[in-house]
Amino acid sequence: MYGLIWRTLPGPAWFRVLVLLLLAAAIVLACFEWVFPWVSEYVPLNENTVEV
Amino acid sequence: MSSVTVPPRHGVYRSRPRRGIVSGIVGVIGELLITAGVLLGLFVVWQLWWTDVQAGREHAQILASLEWPDPGPEVPPGDDENSGPAVATRREGKPPVMEEPTDTTVFAELYVPRFGKNYVSPIAQGVDKATVLDRLGIGHYPGTAMPGELGNFATAGHRTTYGKPYHEVADLKEGDPLVVRTEDTWYVYRVTDWEIVWPWQVEVISAVPGVKPGETLPKLTERYMTMTACHPMYSAAQRYIVHGVLDYWAPVSEGVPAELVDAGVKVGRD
Repeated sequence: MYGLIWRTLPGPAWFRVLVLLLLAAAIVLACFEWVFPWVSEYVPLNENTVEV
Repeated sequence: MSSVTVPPRHGVYRSRPRRGIVSGIVGVIGELLITAGVLLGLFVVWQLWWTDVQAGREHAQILASLEWPDPGPEVPPGDDENSGPAVATRREGKPPVMEEPTDTTVFAELYVPRFGKNYVSPIAQGVDKATVLDRLGIGHYPGTAMPGELGNFATAGHRTTYGKPYHEVADLKEGDPLVVRTEDTWYVYRVTDWEIVWPWQVEVISAVPGVKPGETLPKLTERYMTMTACHPMYSAAQRYIVHGVLDYWAPVSEGVPAELVDAGVKVGRD
């Protein structure tokens, strides 16, 4: 999978590394901003209220 | 001429040995598992660290945007002798009580010397996780008493993550002051007891703590405060509950409660 991505990317190795780093940063950002807040609603790790 | 066999370098280095379809699939599964592991790790980092950073910033902004007057009378400039904050005198009569605000309104601040002299957290109306507890700080159970009112001023707060306003709730000892400030009034509660309960034990936030739903409430004579937080830490299995009772109140315009002055808690923004 990752091998395939590496081979499909154009350009010299340093360029591919740069592209992959940017891609990784974008994924982490998307996770922190949208994915994790959404997931956390279904993971009751820190409920602190009492209710019936 | 002796013949020298030249290794077919080109071939060896260029074409990788063909992998079978099974090993190909196993390889992809392995990579997916590694990716899942990394994502889970990132989730933990986000939950334990980033939500705190974010909520901490947000709480500071909320407190600054309240623009409440600094407590106490104006201290004349240059008067070093009296430059400390004035101490508010205790009042034991019927305290002023504000009306219950609309959901997500920040209407009070909580100071707890036991949590450190820099500790202050906003208190907002409602206990919805996404809109209040994860963002605004401590939440006030709608329908329970307001600060100073007869009954039970019941609050919920995160013990871990999202700014964790109730992080050290289990360190509270009997007699510790819990100081609530609205725009105009200080309410000084004192811790009386604590307990660990199941999430469905709503009697802890009853107007008289311990009176279960359906049972008749006795005539209200006390002004309680209740804090609810998760227990054990990083779990949602149970709830850690702290109860307190109002000791006294004081107008903000007079100064700062002695409990905060003695503990070196700084109030006001300069």
